[in-house]
Amino acid sequence: MANRAWKTLTAPLISDNPITLQILGICSALAVTTSLDTALVMSAAVISVMALSGASVSLIRNVLPRSIRLIVQITIIASLVIIVDLVLKAFVFEMSKRLSVFVGLIITNCIVLARAESFAMRNAVLASILDGVGNGIGYGLILVAVGAVREFFGKGSLLGTQLLMTASQGGGFEPLHLMLLPPSAFFLIGVIIWWIRSKKPDQVERPEYGIQEEPGGDG
Amino acid sequence: MDSGAATRNGGSIRAVVTALGVAVICALLVSYTAVTLRPYYIANLEAERDAQLASILSALSGAAGRISFGDVEMRLVDLDSGAYTDAVDPLTYDAEKAATDPAMSRPIAPELDLAGIKRRPNYAVAYIQRDQSGAVRMLILPVYGVGYQSTLSGYLALSEDANSVLALRFYEQNDTPGIGARIQDPAWEALWPGKLVFDEDGNVRIGVARGSVAIGSSDIDYLVDGISGATRTSLGVHGLLRFWLGESGFGPYLARVRKGEG
Repeated sequence: MANRAWKTLTAPLISDNPITLQILGICSALAVTTSLDTALVMSAAVISVMALSGASVSLIRNVLPRSIRLIVQITIIASLVIIVDLVLKAFVFEMSKRLSVFVGLIITNCIVLARAESFAMRNAVLASILDGVGNGIGYGLILVAVGAVREFFGKGSLLGTQLLMTASQGGGFEPLHLMLLPPSAFFLIGVIIWWIRSKKPDQVERPEYGIQEEPGGDG
Repeated sequence: MDSGAATRNGGSIRAVVTALGVAVICALLVSYTAVTLRPYYIANLEAERDAQLASILSALSGAAGRISFGDVEMRLVDLDSGAYTDAVDPLTYDAEKAATDPAMSRPIAPELDLAGIKRRPNYAVAYIQRDQSGAVRMLILPVYGVGYQSTLSGYLALSEDANSVLALRFYEQNDTPGIGARIQDPAWEALWPGKLVFDEDGNVRIGVARGSVAIGSSDIDYLVDGISGATRTSLGVHGLLRFWLGESGFGPYLARVRKGEG
């Protein structure tokens, strides 16, 4: 039992990671990873929303008619996201200004609805919380890794602490401005997916369409 | 008895009850959080406003000698007459609240409502800094108006002639991040110092150009370049400056300051 709970929590970290395996939640992963601190706060926001939405959806799963389940799930998720947004605005105001619309957009983050629909609707409350936290951490791991690389190579700092003196500050480090632009997150996530799939070849998808052999031969 | 129909009926009643229950619980939770956390949010906004005011002051301290926040005097201005008034304590006066109170504000005719704010409060707070002889050295006026999808609120700092701009800073806006929100970019803020509010005939000329200011045009003294991609936000800034510096805004007050009655 404990073993199963542990698996629910840890499977989404690498082997069933929502970003690298299911390719969900990419939009916010591009937007909030220009620095490590925004990535950390965004991960914490997503983890709390996912834990609470898993718990609430699982709690009402037996009385929830199938015909209205999606709209009810979205209502719950939207309310939780508004609450998280209000908490950020009240207690970490500067950070909430930097995250701007992306906290609100957690509502449309496919990971949250996907876990509510595919896991919390079928499992007990505790398991759903673990699943939510596990998927949130899996999302957060990628965010934090990408955020750390982007901030370090883009600004020469980590969590705002200058580690490498940039050329404009009299040091020898030339910042890679590309790292501060959204495409760099695409490249980095691509590299992470490549690395994970080379270690775990079972994640590699079979090609849906093969290259067509030319029937004639020399045409 | 058709049991299938009964189940369907029971199913839809259950759907309504469940949906209603979830909606009510969610609404209660969200409202409770919003009401509980609102004081913190307001305190953050006020801190942000004070920080903007302090940053305008410190940005100008190089030019105007040592300035600290404490040197600035707050006075309530009766916008209709342009005279100072002691009707309300400026420290506790809340212009935003006054604008919704019929006793403290009046409606603006739609054709005059360049800032899109519908009602204008009767009083506004001016922040004044004086030199040793008591003459005005700097004025800071609050301005606000509707941008693309949010209210833009900021401070305009004018020099002692009540005409040339020292700085324009917005402390609150919720326009599109990266587009309209660029009104808070230091690069755009840097376009404002030195612009003039009025021309020699006393017409309000300050504003934001559509696109870039034409080279060689006399507008160069009054207008800054618009933000490309953010036409509505640029127009919002343009309108709110024209409104607040015009006859329905601080116009009468600025006329008094220019006559040395500030």
